[in-house]
Amino acid sequence: MWGIDPLMDSNSKPNVRRAVRVTAGAGLERWRVRTAWVFLAPTLAVLALVAGWPLLRTAMLAFTDAYLSRMAEARWVGLENFRWLLTDGDWWRSVQNTIVFTVASVSVQFVLGLGAALVLNVRFAGRGLLRAVVLIPWAIPTVVSARMWRWMYHDVYGVFNDLGLRSGLLAQPVAWLADDTTAMAAIVVADIWKATPFMALLLLAGLQAIPPGLYEAARVDGVGRLNAFVYITLPLLKPAILVALIFRTLDALRVFDLIYVMTSNAVSTASMSVYARQQLIDFQEMGYGSAVSLMIFFVIAVFVAAYVTAMRASLVEEG
Amino acid sequence: MLKKWARSALMGLTLSALIGAILPVAGAVEITIACGAVGIESRLCREGTESWAAATGHRVRLIQSPNLSNNRLALFQQMLAAGSSDVDLFQIDVIWPGILATHLIDLNPYYGEEQRQAHWKTLIDNNTIGGELKAIPWFTDIGLLYYRSDLLDKYGLPVPETWSQLASAAMRVVDAEREAGRVRMTGFVFQARAYEGLTCNALEWIASYGGGQILSPGGAIDLHNPRAVSALNQVAGWIGTFVSKGVLTYDEEDARGVFQSGNAVFMRNWPYAWALAQADGSPVKGLVGVAPLPKGGIDGRHAGTLGGWGLAVSRYSKHPALAADLARHLTSEAEQIRRAIAGAFNPTRPAVYRNAAVLAAHPFMGSLSELMDNAVVRPSRIAGERYNQFSTIFWNAVHDILSGRAAAADSLAAAERRLRRLSRNGRW
Repeated sequence: MWGIDPLMDSNSKPNVRRAVRVTAGAGLERWRVRTAWVFLAPTLAVLALVAGWPLLRTAMLAFTDAYLSRMAEARWVGLENFRWLLTDGDWWRSVQNTIVFTVASVSVQFVLGLGAALVLNVRFAGRGLLRAVVLIPWAIPTVVSARMWRWMYHDVYGVFNDLGLRSGLLAQPVAWLADDTTAMAAIVVADIWKATPFMALLLLAGLQAIPPGLYEAARVDGVGRLNAFVYITLPLLKPAILVALIFRTLDALRVFDLIYVMTSNAVSTASMSVYARQQLIDFQEMGYGSAVSLMIFFVIAVFVAAYVTAMRASLVEEG
Repeated sequence: MLKKWARSALMGLTLSALIGAILPVAGAVEITIACGAVGIESRLCREGTESWAAATGHRVRLIQSPNLSNNRLALFQQMLAAGSSDVDLFQIDVIWPGILATHLIDLNPYYGEEQRQAHWKTLIDNNTIGGELKAIPWFTDIGLLYYRSDLLDKYGLPVPETWSQLASAAMRVVDAEREAGRVRMTGFVFQARAYEGLTCNALEWIASYGGGQILSPGGAIDLHNPRAVSALNQVAGWIGTFVSKGVLTYDEEDARGVFQSGNAVFMRNWPYAWALAQADGSPVKGLVGVAPLPKGGIDGRHAGTLGGWGLAVSRYSKHPALAADLARHLTSEAEQIRRAIAGAFNPTRPAVYRNAAVLAAHPFMGSLSELMDNAVVRPSRIAGERYNQFSTIFWNAVHDILSGRAAAADSLAAAERRLRRLSRNGRW
């Protein structure tokens, strides 16, 4: 019965609204819209203040040569900053690093997270405890866990080298974070460890919204477990999957602390945010750094647009 | 309504009168200082300010600043760029006077010729930008070679005088120790992570080979020269042999971790590592020696990069004279002796290195004195506020060479081009 209540509720709403419109006419509708705006106003004001204004200011600074200690002397330089940026190999390297990091970490997190969510959705003794325990990596501040992983990867006293040497898998210690390829892989592994619980949590919430009645009906009709997963679970989980992927992708594209702690400003692993921080904070280049921030914004916007299109397509598909 | 307003106004007046009554004597002001925030450094700073406060009747407030020097600089830059008068006195790194120069007052009027001469000339020169003294030297640091005296004795090896002697000694010990089953043993650890520490290390290698200090006093760039190339080629050749590749991710504490756990024959580090290596519970206690960093060759020289901190007064301070007086007190000979004995902070005054009580507490300090005369100064004074960009270009170039991504000659030539672009051809 629990599964049916919300359905009834959502069905009844449009009817009520239609009835109100018919009886009270356009005046009431206008009043309702006005009330809505009044209630929304404080939120919009706060948003404009804490998100709109900084964004606008960053966009304006991006076209100047502003320097932190001489903000008053900033001059308008047009597209100069973007010209430098687009010809800077380090920037393109950071874009490449960020995308490699995002695709690798989010795809593995999705597969592992879905597996974990399916397991945690099954009834078994100690499930509540386990659900809490899985969240531990997500609960540890990233700077702390990044430092922890850096020690584990250490070439002399790190635990990976210790296990590798003891078991004979490694002939000699490996400096995981010193080599370009292993360094990025090492960072991705640490991120997978950290963010998989979050992915699992979002997917678990999606799984729990699927009415159990559907599975019962499928079982009665003799549908196998695999088919039930492919034809019931996946389609119904799609919105949750998209939300989880969007969350994680946006998070991964902005990655900073993990990489900064593990390999600092090293060009071969620096993400877009690491590059931006270096320009803004270390070099005090407010103008150029703002141009970088704006470019990051555009790169992320491309991903968001792709996801939104995918989401719309999936909704259309469902009718 | 009015009554209520009047009552609260009256209460406010009474309160302010009360506060006025308990304020200390007229003229006493509060000076705010941002100095080291953790451990013994914070305690010594507080005690120093307390003795000044007791003597002058003024008050001193200590504020916390981030422990990592990069983050500390970023915070100070933000405060100063905003023209904030919240902090009067800043503890600044030897490479910051050029970066922060526009925000700091000239201390020459408060710190006469005679007082300046009591410090090392290198340090006073380093802190003098455009003829203005931007900071009074407080304590200093210099790059040193640490070695395992027990291992050198065991294989009958002398303390290396040149880098090639160090390489052959390290190789000899590592090979023998690894054969004896100690697979983790590595020859030499230093700071080669892509950060400021690598700039310090690389400057030492280049200077020891006579390859110069990259920027001439006039700002001319000289990085892509044969001596610098051969110095960096030599170091690149160590990596993967007696130096583990992991050194490319090491900072000071990583290097100390390896050395202090007994897994390295040699280490380049700052003086702070001495007290920790010799502390109770250290696996290498009593087995460690300190020496100048090796020369490039027979005709090379010992070169250690200069580090350390000074005290600078903000241009936006409301009490610059008092802040300068506090700085004078904290950097005085008596304070430096106290700090040297209690916390092993290296004095900036040559005279203190001859003080019997200091030498009794830390015998190795005596040998630092002569190294200071030949210290390598990072070109922060010349690069000014572009120093961080300068250093980033330099350490990235060196990091590329050491990790085998680029040949030394190519990488240095490319870095030199980037430095020319950054400095508008040496004008900085």
